[in-house]
Amino acid sequence: MSKMRYSRRSLLKTGGAALAATALPAPMIWAQEIKDITLRQFGTGVSNLNEVGQKVKEDLGFTLEMTALDSDAVTQRAATQPDSFDIADIEYWICKKVWPTGNLQAMDVSKIKNYDEIVGIFKSGKLTPDSTIAQGTAPHTVGFVEGPGSTSFASEETGFMTLIPTIYNADTLGIRPDLIGRPIDSWAELLNPEFKGKASLLDISSIGIMDAAMVCEAMGEITYGDKGNMTREEIDKTMAIMTDAKRAGQFRAFWKTFDESVNLMASGEVVIQSMWSPAITAVKTRGIDCVYQPLKEGYRSWGGGLGLSKSLSGMELDAAYDYINWYLSGWVGGFLMRQGYYSAVPSTSKEFMSADEWGYWFEGKAAAGDITNPYGDVLAKAGDVRDGGSFTDRMGAVACWNSVMDENQYMVRKWNEFIAA
Amino acid sequence: MKAMSDTTKGWLLASPLTLILVVFLIAPIVMIAVVSFWTATEWSIVPAFSLENYQFLFGSDVTYRVFFNTFKYAAITWAITLVIGFTVAWYLAFHIRSLPVQIALFLLCTIPFWTSNIIRMISWIPFLGRNGLANNMLISMGVVDEPVEWLLYSDFSVILAFVHLYTLFMVVPIFNTMMRIDRSLLEAARDAGASGFQILTNVVLPLTKPGIMIGSIFVITLVMGDFITVRFMSGSQSANVGRLISNDIALLQYPSAAATAVVLLVTVLITIGILLRLVDIRKEL
Repeated sequence: MSKMRYSRRSLLKTGGAALAATALPAPMIWAQEIKDITLRQFGTGVSNLNEVGQKVKEDLGFTLEMTALDSDAVTQRAATQPDSFDIADIEYWICKKVWPTGNLQAMDVSKIKNYDEIVGIFKSGKLTPDSTIAQGTAPHTVGFVEGPGSTSFASEETGFMTLIPTIYNADTLGIRPDLIGRPIDSWAELLNPEFKGKASLLDISSIGIMDAAMVCEAMGEITYGDKGNMTREEIDKTMAIMTDAKRAGQFRAFWKTFDESVNLMASGEVVIQSMWSPAITAVKTRGIDCVYQPLKEGYRSWGGGLGLSKSLSGMELDAAYDYINWYLSGWVGGFLMRQGYYSAVPSTSKEFMSADEWGYWFEGKAAAGDITNPYGDVLAKAGDVRDGGSFTDRMGAVACWNSVMDENQYMVRKWNEFIAA
Repeated sequence: MKAMSDTTKGWLLASPLTLILVVFLIAPIVMIAVVSFWTATEWSIVPAFSLENYQFLFGSDVTYRVFFNTFKYAAITWAITLVIGFTVAWYLAFHIRSLPVQIALFLLCTIPFWTSNIIRMISWIPFLGRNGLANNMLISMGVVDEPVEWLLYSDFSVILAFVHLYTLFMVVPIFNTMMRIDRSLLEAARDAGASGFQILTNVVLPLTKPGIMIGSIFVITLVMGDFITVRFMSGSQSANVGRLISNDIALLQYPSAAATAVVLLVTVLITIGILLRLVDIRKEL
């Protein structure tokens, strides 16, 4: 219980004090001292990669300790144990939940070298000047605060960022084309009786509800005001449709971890399900045909970024800024993009990718030769084109962002009932 | 110097254990009970006296369905493990004559328990799957034409895993009490003209009651408190009380999880209280 002792008021006070301390001029960092610095980062598995830690040691000299947890555990830790980490690698919807606790400190964008190069989605919310903003917790809506110490979000670009965007992607349904044998082009297919007992949905309420909403909307059953912030009636209607489908035996299983989704698909238990892009890759590397199917209603997208603990100060804080600048300088971006994710600053990542890799992953061109991931596994052969096409095709067709709703607690209880039904 | 009274000595001797139990058993349970009356927001818990958690719990029909499911799993698993456990113990105790063989076979029973129970559970999944070994075998033997779907991600697979995981907890105490039955009682019964079945029902069964009861308590509490087996073997399709609690914890709803835990604890205690009414374990041991 002692871990939960922070009232919002005391957090504001101590948070303010910590920020005041960090505003003092930082001392010069000496090479010798850098070696003694250890930054503790935690986050979801996607970007907590040992390779990044090793490269940090080589390039920057300090030690980066990484802990990978699932998104629920990440939220829990960021909200309740601010002293257990220096850098939080979290998703934007988690940020919306965690930021009000005051456990993170805002970042001064003037210290971020590549700030101007960051993709528009994270600043104005628009990929291109004329694109529309998708529903849900779009990153730019929780990306800025008015100033250091502020616990509410700013409505437009300010000089203070909550998270520095690092990684994002557009998610859709994964299918087994060899077992389905016909084209799939709509989210509604998830509840098509044709796939009775062969469909699956992920059992992480905040993401599962979005997939469910995409399905219900595609079926024409419900029109949502905002899928990312549903009303109680919308939640009730959505869960009623899903519960009926569940009782009718539509779903084979629900999955919670990456591995489960891979196994369900690879073993043929399931032929259509919500899936994450590296899971598709994992199925493909087993030699099984699996497609990350672009659908006409668009993608459900997510994005993550790095946040700084409010207790970071002095040399550690400088090291953290160095780390963030290094993160955006291209090596990590290239590393992530060669696995199918996108980097917040594509222009720097390009320098760390071959022309063919850049063409395949970013521009949606046919591969000229074998495309391998950073670990050397072949993901695509000459002539293959990425599912969904280019960066602008995919990120331009985002229908909604992973989010946390005002009625979150109600939704969670309804989701629990759905799973227990 | 005056010697300490027996009462003082008794208290002093018992105090280390009392202390450990108070700190590691009583205090946490009291804490859980207290928290169950608190309320929670998304990121913090608020110490306030409120019946909201219990109101929600008892007001939702999902709770009753989930508790019913939990009892169903416990009852079916109990019945199956009892039959298997009793049979195995009977064979080991009365049919194997030499002690070394008895010990060897008993150890054999425990070998699977040297690996993690999660691994033992998960290894059923490829076996029972749609394209798994069991279905392939059934199809090639011509028993079925289509793969049998209910083998995996169903109540069947959940109970199968429970039986697999917990039968040993039935075997051990029953075997133990059977070994302590005086063999001359069996001979006397035989001499008095009892049939094998009569010996079983009139002599062995009454004398192994304490073992059966201890095994039952193990199995019932394990099944009622489980959440991971149900999650994996039902493919998250079914729920028991443990899953309700683990979902709440994952979503930071500690007070609501605590309230469910308190209700589960009370339910299990009542069940065990009833079981203990049937047999006085202390007298029989």
